[in-house]
Amino acid sequence: MIPACRLADLPRGEAFRLDIDPPVSVFHTDDGEVFAIDDTCTHQDASLADGWLEGCEVECPLHASKFDLRTGAVDAPPAKLPVRTHEVVVEDGMIYVRVSTDAPNLPPCIASRLAGGPA
Amino acid sequence: MRTVAVVGASLAGLSAARSLRRQGYDGRLVVIGDETHRPYDRPPLSKEFLAGTLGEADLGLEAEGEDLGAEWLLGTRATGLDRASRALRLADGREVRADGVVIATGAAARTLPGSAGLAGVHTLRTLDDARALRAELARGGRLVVIGGGFVGAEVASTAYTLGLDVTVVEAAPTPLAGPLGETMGAVVSGLHADHGVRLLCGVGVKGLGGEKHVDAVLLEDGRSVPADIVVVGVGARPCVEWLEGSGVALDNGVKCGADGRTSLAGVVAVGDCANWYDPRAGAHRRVEHWTGARERPDAAVTALLAGGAVEPGVPRPPYFWSDQYGVKIQFAGHAAGTDSVTVEAGAVDDRDVLAVYRRAGEPVAVLGMNQPRLFMRWRKQLAATS
Repeated sequence: MIPACRLADLPRGEAFRLDIDPPVSVFHTDDGEVFAIDDTCTHQDASLADGWLEGCEVECPLHASKFDLRTGAVDAPPAKLPVRTHEVVVEDGMIYVRVSTDAPNLPPCIASRLAGGPA
Repeated sequence: MRTVAVVGASLAGLSAARSLRRQGYDGRLVVIGDETHRPYDRPPLSKEFLAGTLGEADLGLEAEGEDLGAEWLLGTRATGLDRASRALRLADGREVRADGVVIATGAAARTLPGSAGLAGVHTLRTLDDARALRAELARGGRLVVIGGGFVGAEVASTAYTLGLDVTVVEAAPTPLAGPLGETMGAVVSGLHADHGVRLLCGVGVKGLGGEKHVDAVLLEDGRSVPADIVVVGVGARPCVEWLEGSGVALDNGVKCGADGRTSLAGVVAVGDCANWYDPRAGAHRRVEHWTGARERPDAAVTALLAGGAVEPGVPRPPYFWSDQYGVKIQFAGHAAGTDSVTVEAGAVDDRDVLAVYRRAGEPVAVLGMNQPRLFMRWRKQLAATS
Protein backbone atom coordinates (compact mmCIF):
# COMPACT_ATOMS: atom_id res chain seq x y z
CA MET A 1 0.00 0.00 0.00
CA ILE A 2 1.21 3.46 -0.83
CA PRO A 3 0.51 6.36 1.51
CA ALA A 4 -1.14 9.26 -0.33
CA CYS A 5 -1.99 12.07 2.06
CA ARG A 6 -3.81 12.73 5.30
CA LEU A 7 -7.59 12.70 5.02
CA ALA A 8 -7.68 15.99 6.95
CA ASP A 9 -5.49 17.58 4.25
CA LEU A 10 -7.86 16.61 1.43
CA PRO A 11 -11.06 18.68 1.65
CA ARG A 12 -14.27 17.34 0.18
CA GLY A 13 -14.54 18.09 -3.53
CA GLU A 14 -10.77 18.01 -3.94
CA ALA A 15 -8.30 15.59 -5.48
CA PHE A 16 -4.74 14.59 -4.66
CA ARG A 17 -2.37 13.33 -7.34
CA LEU A 18 0.02 10.60 -6.32
CA ASP A 19 3.11 10.96 -8.52
CA ILE A 20 3.82 7.32 -9.14
CA ASP A 21 4.10 5.80 -12.61
CA PRO A 22 1.47 5.92 -13.95
CA PRO A 23 0.08 8.58 -11.59
CA VAL A 24 -2.97 7.86 -9.44
CA SER A 25 -5.56 10.35 -8.19
CA VAL A 26 -7.38 10.22 -4.90
CA PHE A 27 -10.76 11.97 -4.81
CA HIS A 28 -12.67 13.04 -1.72
CA THR A 29 -16.30 13.41 -2.77
CA ASP A 30 -18.81 15.87 -1.36
CA ASP A 31 -20.46 12.91 0.38
CA GLY A 32 -17.23 12.14 2.20
CA GLU A 33 -16.23 9.05 0.25
CA VAL A 34 -12.66 8.52 -0.95
CA PHE A 35 -11.84 6.89 -4.29
CA ALA A 36 -8.65 6.28 -6.23
CA ILE A 37 -8.38 5.94 -10.00
CA ASP A 38 -5.63 6.31 -12.58
CA ASP A 39 -4.96 10.02 -12.96
CA THR A 40 -4.45 10.01 -16.74
CA CYS A 41 -7.54 10.22 -18.93
CA THR A 42 -7.78 7.18 -21.22
CA HIS A 43 -8.53 9.43 -24.20
CA GLN A 44 -5.58 11.84 -24.18
CA ASP A 45 -2.89 13.02 -21.83
CA ALA A 46 -4.78 14.97 -19.17
CA SER A 47 -4.74 14.82 -15.39
CA LEU A 48 -8.12 13.86 -13.96
CA ALA A 49 -7.09 15.41 -10.65
CA ASP A 50 -7.40 18.72 -12.53
CA GLY A 51 -10.92 17.76 -13.55
CA TRP A 52 -14.36 18.57 -12.21
CA LEU A 53 -15.71 16.40 -9.43
CA GLU A 54 -19.46 16.05 -9.17
CA GLY A 55 -21.01 13.32 -7.09
CA CYS A 56 -19.14 10.13 -7.90
CA GLU A 57 -18.09 11.34 -11.31
CA VAL A 58 -15.06 13.22 -12.58
CA GLU A 59 -15.02 15.22 -15.80
CA CYS A 60 -11.75 15.42 -17.71
CA PRO A 61 -10.49 19.04 -17.86
CA LEU A 62 -9.65 18.84 -21.58
CA HIS A 63 -12.39 17.12 -23.56
CA ALA A 64 -15.11 16.52 -20.98
CA SER A 65 -15.00 12.72 -20.85
CA LYS A 66 -16.60 11.55 -17.62
CA PHE A 67 -15.60 8.60 -15.46
CA ASP A 68 -17.41 6.90 -12.61
CA LEU A 69 -15.07 6.94 -9.62
CA ARG A 70 -16.59 3.75 -8.20
CA THR A 71 -16.11 1.58 -11.27
CA GLY A 72 -13.86 3.58 -13.58
CA ALA A 73 -16.50 3.26 -16.31
CA VAL A 74 -16.85 5.90 -19.03
CA ASP A 75 -20.02 7.93 -18.41
CA ALA A 76 -19.45 10.36 -21.28
CA PRO A 77 -17.23 10.21 -24.41
CA PRO A 78 -14.81 10.90 -26.11
CA ALA A 79 -13.01 8.38 -23.85
CA LYS A 80 -13.76 4.82 -24.90
CA LEU A 81 -11.93 2.82 -22.24
CA PRO A 82 -12.45 2.85 -18.45
CA VAL A 83 -9.82 4.08 -16.04
CA ARG A 84 -8.39 1.60 -13.52
CA THR A 85 -9.73 1.86 -10.02
CA HIS A 86 -7.61 1.25 -6.94
CA GLU A 87 -8.48 0.12 -3.44
CA VAL A 88 -8.41 2.87 -0.82
CA VAL A 89 -7.73 2.28 2.87
CA VAL A 90 -7.98 5.03 5.49
CA GLU A 91 -6.05 4.20 8.64
CA ASP A 92 -5.30 6.56 11.52
CA GLY A 93 -6.36 9.50 9.37
CA MET A 94 -3.99 8.53 6.56
CA ILE A 95 -5.18 7.62 3.05
CA TYR A 96 -3.43 4.61 1.51
CA VAL A 97 -3.81 3.29 -2.02
CA ARG A 98 -3.42 -0.36 -3.00
CA VAL A 99 -2.51 -0.03 -6.67
CA SER A 100 -4.36 -2.38 -8.99
CA THR A 101 -2.35 -5.08 -10.71
CA ASP A 102 -4.49 -4.78 -13.84
CA ALA A 103 -2.95 -3.21 -16.92
CA PRO A 104 -3.75 0.51 -17.10
CA ASN A 105 -5.69 1.96 -20.06
CA LEU A 106 -3.32 4.76 -20.93
CA PRO A 107 -4.06 7.05 -23.89
CA PRO A 108 -2.35 6.08 -27.18
CA CYS A 109 0.17 8.95 -27.06
CA ILE A 110 1.44 7.88 -23.61
CA ALA A 111 1.29 4.17 -24.39
CA SER A 112 3.44 4.66 -27.48
CA ARG A 113 5.93 6.75 -25.48
CA LEU A 114 6.22 4.00 -22.85
CA ALA A 115 6.68 1.42 -25.59
CA GLY A 116 9.62 3.42 -26.94
CA GLY A 117 7.78 4.73 -29.97
CA PRO A 118 7.75 8.34 -31.09
CA ALA A 119 6.77 10.64 -28.27
CA MET B 1 -41.71 7.98 -35.89
CA ARG B 2 -40.69 4.82 -37.75
CA THR B 3 -37.61 5.92 -39.65
CA VAL B 4 -35.09 8.56 -38.70
CA ALA B 5 -32.27 9.38 -41.08
CA VAL B 6 -29.11 11.06 -39.84
CA VAL B 7 -27.29 12.73 -42.72
CA GLY B 8 -23.65 12.96 -41.71
CA ALA B 9 -21.54 10.32 -39.99
CA SER B 10 -19.03 12.37 -38.06
CA LEU B 11 -19.19 13.47 -34.42
CA ALA B 12 -22.49 15.38 -34.67
CA GLY B 13 -24.19 12.59 -36.62
CA LEU B 14 -22.92 9.88 -34.30
CA SER B 15 -23.92 11.91 -31.24
CA ALA B 16 -27.41 12.33 -32.70
CA ALA B 17 -27.71 8.60 -33.36
CA ARG B 18 -26.60 7.87 -29.80
CA SER B 19 -29.07 10.41 -28.40
CA LEU B 20 -31.91 8.90 -30.42
CA ARG B 21 -31.31 5.49 -28.89
CA ARG B 22 -30.65 6.86 -25.42
CA GLN B 23 -33.88 8.85 -25.53
CA GLY B 24 -35.81 5.71 -26.36
CA TYR B 25 -36.25 5.86 -30.12
CA ASP B 26 -36.39 2.21 -31.22
CA GLY B 27 -37.43 2.55 -34.86
CA ARG B 28 -35.34 2.27 -38.02
CA LEU B 29 -32.22 4.40 -37.89
CA VAL B 30 -30.25 5.17 -41.05
CA VAL B 31 -26.92 7.00 -40.92
CA ILE B 32 -25.65 8.42 -44.21
CA GLY B 33 -22.04 9.53 -44.62
CA ASP B 34 -20.18 10.83 -47.67
CA GLU B 35 -16.84 9.50 -46.45
CA THR B 36 -16.23 5.76 -46.51
CA HIS B 37 -14.91 5.76 -42.93
CA ARG B 38 -16.73 4.93 -39.73
CA PRO B 39 -17.11 8.00 -37.47
CA TYR B 40 -13.69 9.30 -36.49
CA ASP B 41 -12.31 12.14 -34.42
CA ARG B 42 -11.06 15.12 -36.38
CA PRO B 43 -9.10 17.21 -33.82
CA PRO B 44 -6.07 14.86 -33.83
CA LEU B 45 -5.77 15.13 -37.63
CA SER B 46 -3.76 18.35 -37.34
CA LYS B 47 -1.91 17.21 -34.22
CA GLU B 48 -1.12 13.67 -33.01
CA PHE B 49 -2.26 11.92 -36.17
CA LEU B 50 -0.26 14.28 -38.38
CA ALA B 51 2.74 13.86 -36.09
CA GLY B 52 2.46 10.09 -36.29
CA THR B 53 1.90 9.46 -32.58
CA LEU B 54 -1.73 8.40 -33.10
CA GLY B 55 -2.80 5.78 -35.61
CA GLU B 56 -6.00 5.49 -37.59
CA ALA B 57 -7.45 2.87 -35.26
CA ASP B 58 -7.12 5.35 -32.38
CA LEU B 59 -9.29 7.90 -34.19
CA GLY B 60 -12.47 5.81 -34.14
CA LEU B 61 -15.24 7.49 -32.15
CA GLU B 62 -17.26 4.36 -31.47
CA ALA B 63 -16.55 2.29 -28.40
CA GLU B 64 -15.66 -1.36 -28.87
CA GLY B 65 -18.80 -3.40 -29.31
CA GLU B 66 -20.99 -0.30 -29.53
CA ASP B 67 -24.05 -1.15 -31.61
CA LEU B 68 -26.70 1.48 -32.22
CA GLY B 69 -28.77 -0.82 -34.39
CA ALA B 70 -28.32 1.56 -37.30
CA GLU B 71 -28.02 1.04 -41.05
CA TRP B 72 -24.83 2.75 -42.15
CA LEU B 73 -24.82 4.02 -45.70
CA LEU B 74 -21.23 5.20 -45.99
CA GLY B 75 -19.36 6.51 -48.99
CA THR B 76 -22.45 8.12 -50.46
CA ARG B 77 -23.48 11.74 -50.33
CA ALA B 78 -26.99 13.06 -49.84
CA THR B 79 -27.87 15.18 -52.86
CA GLY B 80 -31.34 16.34 -51.99
CA LEU B 81 -34.28 16.32 -49.63
CA ASP B 82 -37.79 16.07 -51.03
CA ARG B 83 -40.08 17.95 -48.76
CA ALA B 84 -43.36 16.34 -49.87
CA SER B 85 -42.31 12.70 -49.60
CA ARG B 86 -39.71 13.40 -46.90
CA ALA B 87 -37.22 11.42 -48.94
CA LEU B 88 -33.47 11.83 -49.11
CA ARG B 89 -31.81 11.40 -52.47
CA LEU B 90 -28.34 9.90 -52.44
CA ALA B 91 -25.52 10.35 -54.94
CA ASP B 92 -25.61 6.65 -55.80
CA GLY B 93 -29.24 6.89 -56.85
CA ARG B 94 -30.76 5.40 -53.74
CA GLU B 95 -33.58 7.07 -51.87
CA VAL B 96 -34.26 6.95 -48.14
CA ARG B 97 -37.71 7.85 -46.87
CA ALA B 98 -37.74 9.09 -43.29
CA ASP B 99 -40.23 10.57 -40.85
CA GLY B 100 -37.46 12.41 -39.05
CA VAL B 101 -34.25 13.85 -40.45
CA VAL B 102 -31.12 15.01 -38.63
CA ILE B 103 -28.89 17.16 -40.83
CA ALA B 104 -25.26 16.82 -39.75
CA THR B 105 -23.35 17.34 -42.98
CA GLY B 106 -20.66 19.47 -41.41
CA ALA B 107 -18.40 21.89 -43.20
CA ALA B 108 -15.76 21.69 -45.89
CA ALA B 109 -12.38 23.37 -45.99
CA ARG B 110 -12.27 26.55 -48.03
CA THR B 111 -9.77 26.43 -50.83
CA LEU B 112 -7.67 29.06 -52.56
CA PRO B 113 -8.98 30.07 -55.98
CA GLY B 114 -6.62 28.87 -58.67
CA SER B 115 -4.90 26.24 -56.55
CA ALA B 116 -6.70 23.25 -58.07
CA GLY B 117 -4.45 20.83 -59.86
CA LEU B 118 -1.24 22.14 -58.34
CA ALA B 119 0.61 19.35 -56.51
CA GLY B 120 1.84 20.01 -52.99
CA VAL B 121 -1.16 22.15 -52.02
CA HIS B 122 -3.32 20.77 -49.22
CA THR B 123 -6.34 21.50 -47.11
CA LEU B 124 -6.98 19.61 -43.89
CA ARG B 125 -10.43 18.49 -42.92
CA THR B 126 -10.79 14.76 -43.50
CA LEU B 127 -8.82 11.64 -42.72
CA ASP B 128 -7.91 11.34 -46.38
CA ASP B 129 -6.59 14.93 -46.32
CA ALA B 130 -4.53 14.13 -43.25
CA ARG B 131 -3.09 10.93 -44.76
CA ALA B 132 -1.97 12.85 -47.84
CA LEU B 133 -0.46 15.71 -45.85
CA ARG B 134 1.25 13.36 -43.40
CA ALA B 135 2.93 11.50 -46.25
CA GLU B 136 4.15 14.76 -47.74
CA LEU B 137 5.39 16.25 -44.45
CA ALA B 138 7.41 13.08 -43.89
CA ARG B 139 9.53 14.01 -46.90
CA GLY B 140 10.47 17.31 -45.24
CA GLY B 141 11.12 20.64 -46.91
CA ARG B 142 9.69 24.13 -46.67
CA LEU B 143 6.10 24.41 -45.56
CA VAL B 144 4.03 27.54 -45.97
CA VAL B 145 0.76 27.63 -44.06
CA ILE B 146 -1.80 30.09 -45.43
CA GLY B 147 -3.99 31.21 -42.55
CA GLY B 148 -2.94 31.66 -38.92
CA GLY B 149 -6.15 30.28 -37.42
CA PHE B 150 -6.28 27.18 -35.27
CA VAL B 151 -5.94 24.56 -37.99
CA GLY B 152 -3.09 26.49 -39.61
CA ALA B 153 -1.33 27.06 -36.29
CA GLU B 154 -1.64 23.41 -35.31
CA VAL B 155 -0.28 22.22 -38.64
CA ALA B 156 2.61 24.69 -38.28
CA SER B 157 3.32 23.41 -34.78
CA THR B 158 3.24 19.76 -35.87
CA ALA B 159 5.43 20.43 -38.90
CA TYR B 160 7.90 22.31 -36.69
CA THR B 161 8.08 19.23 -34.43
CA LEU B 162 8.75 17.10 -37.50
CA GLY B 163 11.68 19.33 -38.38
CA LEU B 164 10.29 21.24 -41.34
CA ASP B 165 11.07 24.85 -42.15
CA VAL B 166 7.74 26.58 -41.51
CA THR B 167 6.25 29.95 -42.46
CA VAL B 168 2.73 31.06 -41.54
CA VAL B 169 1.02 33.77 -43.61
CA GLU B 170 -1.97 35.57 -42.12
CA ALA B 171 -4.00 38.25 -43.88
CA ALA B 172 -5.19 39.92 -40.67
CA PRO B 173 -2.82 42.09 -38.59
CA THR B 174 -3.22 39.67 -35.65
CA PRO B 175 -3.95 35.97 -35.99
CA LEU B 176 -6.83 34.56 -33.91
CA ALA B 177 -8.13 38.06 -33.17
CA GLY B 178 -11.64 36.90 -34.07
CA PRO B 179 -11.99 34.06 -31.57
CA LEU B 180 -9.54 35.36 -28.91
CA GLY B 181 -9.50 39.14 -29.33
CA GLU B 182 -6.47 41.23 -30.37
CA THR B 183 -4.52 41.02 -27.13
CA MET B 184 -4.66 37.31 -26.50
CA GLY B 185 -4.61 36.51 -30.23
CA ALA B 186 -1.18 38.14 -30.28
CA VAL B 187 -0.09 36.18 -27.20
CA VAL B 188 -1.18 32.79 -28.55
CA SER B 189 0.21 33.41 -32.04
CA GLY B 190 3.43 34.51 -30.35
CA LEU B 191 4.08 30.78 -29.93
CA HIS B 192 5.23 30.67 -33.55
CA ALA B 193 8.04 33.17 -33.04
CA ASP B 194 8.96 31.50 -29.73
CA HIS B 195 9.89 28.46 -31.77
CA GLY B 196 11.51 30.16 -34.72
CA VAL B 197 8.54 29.72 -37.01
CA ARG B 198 8.13 32.76 -39.27
CA LEU B 199 4.80 34.53 -39.00
CA LEU B 200 3.92 37.08 -41.69
CA CYS B 201 0.85 39.10 -40.71
CA GLY B 202 -1.28 41.71 -42.40
CA VAL B 203 -0.48 40.52 -45.86
CA GLY B 204 -2.79 38.67 -48.22
CA VAL B 205 -1.91 35.92 -50.65
CA LYS B 206 -2.03 36.84 -54.32
CA GLY B 207 -1.47 33.38 -55.69
CA LEU B 208 0.72 30.34 -55.85
CA GLY B 209 3.84 29.86 -57.91
CA GLY B 210 4.80 26.69 -59.77
CA GLU B 211 3.88 24.77 -62.91
CA LYS B 212 2.86 21.27 -61.84
CA HIS B 213 4.09 21.41 -58.27
CA VAL B 214 3.83 24.45 -56.03
CA ASP B 215 7.15 26.22 -55.51
CA ALA B 216 6.16 29.51 -53.87
CA VAL B 217 3.43 31.50 -52.20
CA LEU B 218 3.09 34.92 -53.81
CA LEU B 219 2.08 37.71 -51.45
CA GLU B 220 0.12 40.81 -52.27
CA ASP B 221 3.01 43.05 -51.27
CA GLY B 222 5.13 41.48 -54.00
CA ARG B 223 7.10 39.10 -51.85
CA SER B 224 7.45 35.48 -52.82
CA VAL B 225 7.87 32.82 -50.12
CA PRO B 226 9.51 29.62 -51.39
CA ALA B 227 7.48 26.51 -50.63
CA ASP B 228 7.64 22.78 -51.20
CA ILE B 229 4.35 22.17 -49.41
CA VAL B 230 1.44 24.57 -48.90
CA VAL B 231 -1.40 24.10 -46.45
CA VAL B 232 -4.44 26.31 -46.97
CA GLY B 233 -6.15 26.88 -43.62
CA VAL B 234 -8.60 29.64 -44.39
CA GLY B 235 -11.71 28.37 -42.68
CA ALA B 236 -14.62 26.19 -43.63
CA ARG B 237 -17.99 26.61 -45.30
CA PRO B 238 -21.10 24.70 -44.22
CA CYS B 239 -22.05 21.80 -46.50
CA VAL B 240 -25.68 22.67 -47.21
CA GLU B 241 -25.82 23.15 -51.00
CA TRP B 242 -27.68 19.86 -51.25
CA LEU B 243 -30.59 21.40 -49.32
CA GLU B 244 -31.20 24.26 -51.72
CA GLY B 245 -34.80 24.18 -52.90
CA SER B 246 -35.78 21.68 -50.20
CA GLY B 247 -37.70 24.19 -48.12
CA VAL B 248 -35.14 24.02 -45.30
CA ALA B 249 -34.24 27.65 -44.66
CA LEU B 250 -30.55 28.36 -45.20
CA ASP B 251 -28.59 31.29 -43.84
CA ASN B 252 -24.90 30.73 -43.14
CA GLY B 253 -25.69 27.01 -42.91
CA VAL B 254 -29.02 25.59 -41.83
CA LYS B 255 -31.00 28.22 -39.97
CA CYS B 256 -32.16 26.70 -36.68
CA GLY B 257 -34.01 27.60 -33.55
CA ALA B 258 -32.43 27.36 -30.11
CA ASP B 259 -33.10 23.61 -30.10
CA GLY B 260 -31.86 22.76 -33.58
CA ARG B 261 -35.27 22.71 -35.26
CA THR B 262 -35.24 23.92 -38.86
CA SER B 263 -37.98 25.62 -40.87
CA LEU B 264 -39.33 22.16 -41.81
CA ALA B 265 -41.19 20.08 -39.23
CA GLY B 266 -39.43 16.81 -38.48
CA VAL B 267 -36.05 18.13 -39.60
CA VAL B 268 -33.33 19.26 -37.20
CA ALA B 269 -29.72 20.25 -37.85
CA VAL B 270 -26.62 19.85 -35.69
CA GLY B 271 -22.87 20.37 -35.81
CA ASP B 272 -20.80 22.64 -38.05
CA CYS B 273 -23.52 23.03 -40.70
CA ALA B 274 -26.13 24.28 -38.22
CA ASN B 275 -26.65 27.95 -37.43
CA TRP B 276 -28.48 27.82 -34.10
CA TYR B 277 -30.26 30.71 -32.50
CA ASP B 278 -28.43 31.72 -29.34
CA PRO B 279 -30.95 33.25 -26.92
CA ARG B 280 -28.18 34.83 -24.87
CA ALA B 281 -26.76 36.67 -27.86
CA GLY B 282 -30.18 37.33 -29.37
CA ALA B 283 -28.73 36.22 -32.70
CA HIS B 284 -27.91 33.14 -34.72
CA ARG B 285 -24.45 31.71 -34.23
CA ARG B 286 -22.92 28.91 -36.21
CA VAL B 287 -20.43 27.18 -33.92
CA GLU B 288 -17.76 24.96 -35.46
CA HIS B 289 -16.48 23.42 -32.24
CA TRP B 290 -16.10 19.78 -31.39
CA THR B 291 -17.92 20.33 -28.09
CA GLY B 292 -20.97 21.77 -29.86
CA ALA B 293 -21.10 18.80 -32.22
CA ARG B 294 -20.92 16.49 -29.24
CA GLU B 295 -23.43 18.19 -26.91
CA ARG B 296 -26.07 19.89 -29.05
CA PRO B 297 -27.47 16.83 -30.84
CA ASP B 298 -29.02 15.72 -27.57
CA ALA B 299 -31.23 18.83 -27.45
CA ALA B 300 -32.04 18.57 -31.15
CA VAL B 301 -33.06 14.93 -30.79
CA THR B 302 -35.30 15.80 -27.84
CA ALA B 303 -37.01 18.43 -30.00
CA LEU B 304 -37.27 16.03 -32.95
CA LEU B 305 -38.83 13.22 -30.92
CA ALA B 306 -41.18 15.59 -29.09
CA GLY B 307 -42.29 17.25 -32.30
CA GLY B 308 -41.13 20.59 -30.99
CA ALA B 309 -43.07 20.80 -27.76
CA VAL B 310 -40.06 21.29 -25.52
CA GLU B 311 -38.62 24.41 -23.95
CA PRO B 312 -35.08 24.72 -25.27
CA GLY B 313 -32.41 25.13 -22.62
CA VAL B 314 -29.85 27.90 -22.65
CA PRO B 315 -26.74 26.62 -24.41
CA ARG B 316 -23.52 26.31 -22.50
CA PRO B 317 -20.79 28.79 -23.44
CA PRO B 318 -18.96 27.43 -26.47
CA TYR B 319 -15.72 25.69 -25.58
CA PHE B 320 -12.76 24.69 -27.73
CA TRP B 321 -9.18 23.70 -27.27
CA SER B 322 -6.00 23.66 -29.28
CA ASP B 323 -2.56 22.15 -28.76
CA GLN B 324 0.38 24.07 -30.17
CA TYR B 325 4.10 23.69 -29.48
CA GLY B 326 3.33 21.63 -26.37
CA VAL B 327 1.03 24.31 -24.93
CA LYS B 328 -2.57 23.40 -24.11
CA ILE B 329 -4.82 26.25 -25.18
CA GLN B 330 -8.42 26.31 -23.97
CA PHE B 331 -11.12 28.89 -24.55
CA ALA B 332 -14.75 29.19 -23.44
CA GLY B 333 -17.32 31.90 -24.02
CA HIS B 334 -17.42 34.74 -26.54
CA ALA B 335 -14.56 37.22 -26.85
CA ALA B 336 -16.47 39.57 -29.16
CA GLY B 337 -17.64 42.76 -27.52
CA THR B 338 -15.64 42.34 -24.32
CA ASP B 339 -14.15 45.45 -22.80
CA SER B 340 -11.35 44.03 -20.67
CA VAL B 341 -8.99 41.09 -20.44
CA THR B 342 -7.19 40.46 -17.18
CA VAL B 343 -4.57 37.90 -16.29
CA GLU B 344 -5.82 35.98 -13.25
CA ALA B 345 -2.93 33.52 -12.97
CA GLY B 346 0.45 32.94 -14.55
CA ALA B 347 2.03 35.32 -17.03
CA VAL B 348 1.58 35.83 -20.76
CA ASP B 349 5.33 35.85 -21.36
CA ASP B 350 5.59 32.36 -19.88
CA ARG B 351 2.78 31.09 -22.14
CA ASP B 352 1.32 29.82 -18.92
CA VAL B 353 -1.64 32.00 -18.21
CA LEU B 354 -5.29 32.20 -17.31
CA ALA B 355 -7.04 35.27 -18.70
CA VAL B 356 -10.61 36.35 -18.08
CA TYR B 357 -12.62 38.47 -20.52
CA ARG B 358 -15.23 40.77 -19.04
CA ARG B 359 -18.06 42.90 -20.35
CA ALA B 360 -19.31 45.60 -17.99
CA GLY B 361 -17.46 43.85 -15.20
CA GLU B 362 -19.04 40.44 -15.80
CA PRO B 363 -16.86 37.48 -16.89
CA VAL B 364 -18.00 36.31 -20.34
CA ALA B 365 -15.04 34.33 -21.60
CA VAL B 366 -11.90 32.65 -20.32
CA LEU B 367 -8.63 31.62 -21.98
CA GLY B 368 -6.14 29.17 -20.54
CA MET B 369 -2.63 28.33 -21.69
CA ASN B 370 -1.34 25.30 -19.79
CA GLN B 371 -3.87 25.96 -17.02
CA PRO B 372 -6.31 23.04 -17.32
CA ARG B 373 -7.22 22.98 -13.65
CA LEU B 374 -8.03 26.65 -13.21
CA PHE B 375 -9.60 26.85 -16.65
CA MET B 376 -12.01 24.06 -15.80
CA ARG B 377 -13.18 25.93 -12.74
CA TRP B 378 -13.69 29.17 -14.65
CA ARG B 379 -15.51 27.38 -17.44
CA LYS B 380 -17.93 25.83 -14.97
CA GLN B 381 -18.48 29.20 -13.37
CA LEU B 382 -19.20 30.81 -16.74
CA ALA B 383 -21.75 28.11 -17.50
CA ALA B 384 -23.42 28.64 -14.16
CA THR B 385 -23.63 32.42 -14.29
CA SER B 386 -24.11 33.32 -17.92
